[in-house]
Amino acid sequence: MSAVADTHTQEHHHGPARGISRWLLTTNHKDIGTMYLVFSFTMFLLGGCMAMVIRAELFQPGLQIVQPEFFNQMTTMHGLIMVFGAVMPAFVGLANWMLPLMIGAPDMALPRMNNWSFWLLPCAFLILVSTLFMEGGAPNFGWTFYAPLSTTYGPPSTTFFIFAVHIMGISSIMGAINVIATILNLRAPGMTLMKMPLFVWTWLITAFLLIAVMPVLAGVVTMMLMDINFGTSFFDASGGGDPVLFQHVFWFFGHPEVYIMILPAFGAVSHIIPAFSRKPLFGYASMVYAVGAIALLSFIVWAHHMFTVGIPVAGQLFFMYATMLIAVPTGVKVFNWVATMFRGSLSFEAPMLFAVAFVILFTIGGFSGLMLAIAPSDFQYHDTYFVVAHFHYVLVPGAIFGIFASAYFWLPKWTGHMYDETLAKTHFWLSFIGMNLAFFPMHFLGLAGMPRRIPDYALQFADFNMVSSVGAFMFGATQLLFLFIVVKCVRGGKAAAAKPWDGAEGLEWTVPSPAPYHTFATPPEVK
Amino acid sequence: MRVHAKRAGALVGGLLFSAWSFADWTMNMTPGVTGTSNSIFSLHMTILWICVVIGVVVFGVMFWSIFAHRKSQGYKPANFHENTVVEVLWTIIPLAILVAMAIPATATLVDMYDTSESEVDIKITGYQWKWQYEYLDEEFGYFSNLATPRDQINNRQEKGENYLLEVDNPLIVPVGKKVRLLLTANDVIHSWWVPDFGVKKDAIPGFINEAWTRVDKPGIYRGQCTELCGKDHGFMPIVVKAVPEEEYNTWVAEQKAAAEKERELTQKDWTLAELMERGEKAYQTSCAACHQPDGSGAPPAFPALKGSPIATGDIAAHMDIVVHGKSGTAMQAFGSQLSEVDLAAVITFERNAWGNNTGDMVTPKQIFDYKNQQ
Repeated sequence: MSAVADTHTQEHHHGPARGISRWLLTTNHKDIGTMYLVFSFTMFLLGGCMAMVIRAELFQPGLQIVQPEFFNQMTTMHGLIMVFGAVMPAFVGLANWMLPLMIGAPDMALPRMNNWSFWLLPCAFLILVSTLFMEGGAPNFGWTFYAPLSTTYGPPSTTFFIFAVHIMGISSIMGAINVIATILNLRAPGMTLMKMPLFVWTWLITAFLLIAVMPVLAGVVTMMLMDINFGTSFFDASGGGDPVLFQHVFWFFGHPEVYIMILPAFGAVSHIIPAFSRKPLFGYASMVYAVGAIALLSFIVWAHHMFTVGIPVAGQLFFMYATMLIAVPTGVKVFNWVATMFRGSLSFEAPMLFAVAFVILFTIGGFSGLMLAIAPSDFQYHDTYFVVAHFHYVLVPGAIFGIFASAYFWLPKWTGHMYDETLAKTHFWLSFIGMNLAFFPMHFLGLAGMPRRIPDYALQFADFNMVSSVGAFMFGATQLLFLFIVVKCVRGGKAAAAKPWDGAEGLEWTVPSPAPYHTFATPPEVK
Repeated sequence: MRVHAKRAGALVGGLLFSAWSFADWTMNMTPGVTGTSNSIFSLHMTILWICVVIGVVVFGVMFWSIFAHRKSQGYKPANFHENTVVEVLWTIIPLAILVAMAIPATATLVDMYDTSESEVDIKITGYQWKWQYEYLDEEFGYFSNLATPRDQINNRQEKGENYLLEVDNPLIVPVGKKVRLLLTANDVIHSWWVPDFGVKKDAIPGFINEAWTRVDKPGIYRGQCTELCGKDHGFMPIVVKAVPEEEYNTWVAEQKAAAEKERELTQKDWTLAELMERGEKAYQTSCAACHQPDGSGAPPAFPALKGSPIATGDIAAHMDIVVHGKSGTAMQAFGSQLSEVDLAAVITFERNAWGNNTGDMVTPKQIFDYKNQQ
């Protein structure tokens, strides 16, 4: 009798609500995950359009399309939107969708807070994007917003920018608390920490990084707020302040931040490569320890972003050694992925293509990172296009290819349909070629002496800039294909089995595709 | 997959070939002309080759798997998932490589930081958007501004050979001498970089950073500001001319004499026309970047001067804002940047140009008195 009553209640009260209130008021981790992912892709396209403006202006020497003021607004907004609007929310979206499914939990631990974490984001970005239409324009001081350019010399819209960053920070911190609470409390019986899937592990560590550094970011923007509006002089030398302090505080946030953007991708790739190699992940325990080591080291390397500010030689050496050390655990991860592929039975569906490209291209970004760690050489590389090439190699084929790989890997689970494999492979190859055309020549430009963040350049840089712009347009346009593939997959396609990939492992493949609105109401047993 | 590999191969080949067929497509760092830049270059090449070798090995194994261990070829997967020996080895070997790399890097770094026993001291101050060079032992200094005409930037004129890398007054250094550079900034953070010297150091307001260089080969070396410093960040190049010692000494003597002459000009009786002529030049170098050549400005950050209440109103207020700047805005204090003559000329020019026909004339003497009464 009671079983019948239960079914009855579920049908009437536990399905998705209808209309807009389903999305506004939802506490369902799948709905919230979807909203995060849609929001992230929207921001990806917006930030991408800004990148197109930048590359169009840099297509040829001379000022053609935009003036330097607007160019600086574009570089700033592109960076902010991609970091805080595209990459971070995409991983939170993946976490929302996949963490409960992977650990056998019915939902996130704090569902109402989850809803609020998400809905703060569109508000924050509405404020940030609206600065483009304000008098004096949007923030124009680079995504790193170094004082005093961003304080004494910033546009009037800086205060709005600060407010937006505060809101994003609150959203991220709440998201991180939710992830930790979920992972530590809601794991299925039998799932010990060292049995957790790697995506769960990497997100757990990422969440601790977020909780540690987002308050630091909030602190630094609050100091800016005080300097701008309340007459303090934290960063104003003429009032006894210290412009270099800004950079120390910012990069204390900023360096862990770059790992926040890559660790979840490490986790996802550690699922995808074994699945399509039909062979267990090599060195699970060392993968976990490596991620932990990377996260810990990320707190003691921040000043490698500031080798030219005049740090004493002892400090310079410390930060150089600490930074070089990060290559060791990162190397371990790459070796493990390669060892997983070695003597597997490999097939190359879209998720695997993106994952393999991730390993190769992220490693190239890692190599240039190692070069940048060598402090004397960094004096030549610092703030040139070599740095731009470096961080785009770790962020585009790193974070973003990791997200694409995850999306294709789990789309069948989300939608219940297989995506169009041919189109997805086309998406991969066009992205791969476009991305390399766009960013590889930037290494050459930097080594030849082109500074970053300049709207116009000397004639010897003209050829590679043109190549780079063509690659960027190609990469940018290709992403519309991804939109088409996803929409097509949501609307229909070949029905997906509960486990569409024969080599995949994990609890998420034990529920039907598409995953029902509520899963794991009773926790599964993990042996 | 084979088709894909071919496509990728064709792409890489195409890239390399096109790069080789144009000799001027510089792809690597240049060794530069100083001891420091040469050490940096050799560090750069060492670490680059280390990365290439590691890359070849790692990607070699990976590509071997991609080609040989494929499901489509019926390859059956192995089932191993750990090997302690291998895992320890690939932790320790990279660590050893890094230690080997850190040793020469440390030596170079320590050498770069040794600014002692310099023979010439030059103070470099970054301004939005120009550099000031002051020869501390010789008591003269000057500004170095972009010399590329706006028409070239705006594509109305063909671009010259040194487009955006040319200045009106280059920094002059003697060859074979250790030159100490003291860097600071007046407004925001700038960064002074000459790739051929291997010198890049931030110029930070409120700080004095040190760097040094010894150039052994006479020549002209070019660089740029490498810290985002506002709208004209891309338009404040650095040009250094290294000259033989004799030539350097002659030049220093000339500069000292010119500086003396400039000081005398303050006492001269100026006519409105003379001040207007000089003022226009000074305006174009020091003011036009923000307030625009036609005085129209770029509000709200940079107000228009044409018809402005300050440029057409009280002279004292006008002198005050030019000499002392306006705190909290981008308007700098020009009192220490420009000579009395140039200050007087600029103010006179602003009060009589673009229809601001006040007919007022401000003399260098007035500026001198105004500064002293403070």
